Amino acid sequence: MSFEDWLRADRLPHIWCSGCSNGTILNCTMAAVDMMDWDPDRTVVVSGIGCSSRAAGYVEADSLHTTHGRALAFATGVKLAEPSLNVVVFTGDGDLAAIGGNHFIHACRRNIDLTVVCMNNLIYGMTGGQGSPTTPLGALSTTTPYGAAEPAFDLAALAVAAGANYVARWTSYHVRELEKAVKAGLETPGLSFIEVRAGCPTNYGRKNRIREATDQLEQFRTRSMLKVKYDRLVAEGKPVPHDAIVVGEFVRRSNPAMGVAP
Amino acid sequence: MQGNVASAEGALAAGCRFFGGYPITPSTEVAERMASRMPKAGGVFVQMEDEIASIAAVIGASWTGKKAMTATSGPGFSLMMENLGFAVMTETPLVVVNIQRGGPSTGQPTMSAQGDMLQCRYGSHGDIGIVALAPNSVQEMHDLTVKAFNLAERLRCPAFLMADEHIGHMRERIDLPDTVEVVDRTQLEPGTLPFAAGPGLVPGFPTFGKGHRVHVTGLTHDERGYPATTDPEVHAALVERLVRKVEGARREIADYVVTNPDAEVVFVCYGAPSRAVAQLVADKPDEGIGVLRLRLVWPFPEHALAEFSNATAFIVPEQNLGQIASEVERHTDLPVVPVPKLGGELHTPAELARVYEGVRR
Repeated sequence: MSFEDWLRADRLPHIWCSGCSNGTILNCTMAAVDMMDWDPDRTVVVSGIGCSSRAAGYVEADSLHTTHGRALAFATGVKLAEPSLNVVVFTGDGDLAAIGGNHFIHACRRNIDLTVVCMNNLIYGMTGGQGSPTTPLGALSTTTPYGAAEPAFDLAALAVAAGANYVARWTSYHVRELEKAVKAGLETPGLSFIEVRAGCPTNYGRKNRIREATDQLEQFRTRSMLKVKYDRLVAEGKPVPHDAIVVGEFVRRSNPAMGVAP
Repeated sequence: MQGNVASAEGALAAGCRFFGGYPITPSTEVAERMASRMPKAGGVFVQMEDEIASIAAVIGASWTGKKAMTATSGPGFSLMMENLGFAVMTETPLVVVNIQRGGPSTGQPTMSAQGDMLQCRYGSHGDIGIVALAPNSVQEMHDLTVKAFNLAERLRCPAFLMADEHIGHMRERIDLPDTVEVVDRTQLEPGTLPFAAGPGLVPGFPTFGKGHRVHVTGLTHDERGYPATTDPEVHAALVERLVRKVEGARREIADYVVTNPDAEVVFVCYGAPSRAVAQLVADKPDEGIGVLRLRLVWPFPEHALAEFSNATAFIVPEQNLGQIASEVERHTDLPVVPVPKLGGELHTPAELARVYEGVRR
């Protein structure tokens, strides 16, 4: 099988805009799932609301497209009720970090055996480009027309602090690394959180001078800094670019987890 | 046994094997009993981070084929409204026990009320179809919880046990039967579209993990389960069916008790106030006071009013400002006299007697 066998052919083409990163992230995720040799009949994909969450509908497995922010709470019910099912959650920055923030930290605390892929495009894409909890300070959106005034969430750091067993961040430029990170998450018992910085030329890019998908990828390529390097620079007291995207593995541990198949 | 505990026991007898909940007075004993009993019954108890997560986890668990429930009271019930609409839209069987307390808002956490009777029917946005039962004894906390599961499984919709604090915290001797009648959800036949309903209007259930590869969404969906959000006909047909499958079962699932059908003055009651009505009837055996006691409130059994062919008036005592009285008014041309009582105390038989005397004259 390949990742393509995990897609519902009768649901394509998808609704995502041209230049959107979500398709790449979906493909990388399903390629990792495919490497696990999971049975599609024993796999459940759960999502919330937003562009990211349409991913569940494109996967050839049981899929639960839920309410805004609540994907992790629904997934918790699925996984605890039937731990033998493999459960993957697709979510976005608005879904996970704003309306679903409480469920996010509690799912990490419980360390439920889920793999959570967050398509973090720094914006509410589905509703037309409003600021989200990850919109960087100063960035423009339809609800931050003078620049975002609120500090942004660091989702990976949040997941580490809240107790997730595996946390990584990559971008949609890093397809190989992303695939490997999702696979590592799928293999790790407990909650695995993979934050993926995603491009949204239509709603984020057009307001912030990243109109072309290729320009977005170029930014991801040039601004990304491996976490080991970032940590070293910080330890040595050396300057770190303010717009660096810290990528890599943030934690991998084996703390007690819930919902692990016997 | 306490009413709340009896409800938990009824749920277990009905086959409930997943409970997700959040502590809230005056329903907490249901969760506490489940926390103790569920692991021994081979089921799952989880205390979630709030009531939104509780009902979400219950829906998720139900899709794995488990019978699932939660218990709450007013503030928590309000938080559940959105996901209850999701359960209606996705036709997810589940049971919510609501031990009603004084509202609005935090109101009276330890005092009894029936103020959520319209909320359970209309509280989630859009047109919905649900079932609501109203116990008036500890025995019925058990028996009607069983019935709530059976109706939820049969109709694939949320079923509410709309108890009040009086009944939830009441202690009475009850009979716990060795076995109860249990209805299990009909499974989806292979080769059938997952949301295509036959004449019964309730499609077979495509349990997760059984190879159906079903897509479940709160969006307007076609018979395959796929989003069809801009098709007016698909939306109208879906929502009409979701409501009709419940409302159309009105006569069949009706559950009420008629006392003195020849009476002219008839009390319509449910839950705790029906205990005061029963006392009044016992105090005045020669009066032949009519009583229609609803064990199932939604879908409202309007035909039951016609059981009283000599009726000249209906008196409706409630622990709210007349929520079901207004529903009774919709279905009769006779005078309907609400007897609202707020504050958390029971109507006294003497209070009801005064209203009765006034109406009879």
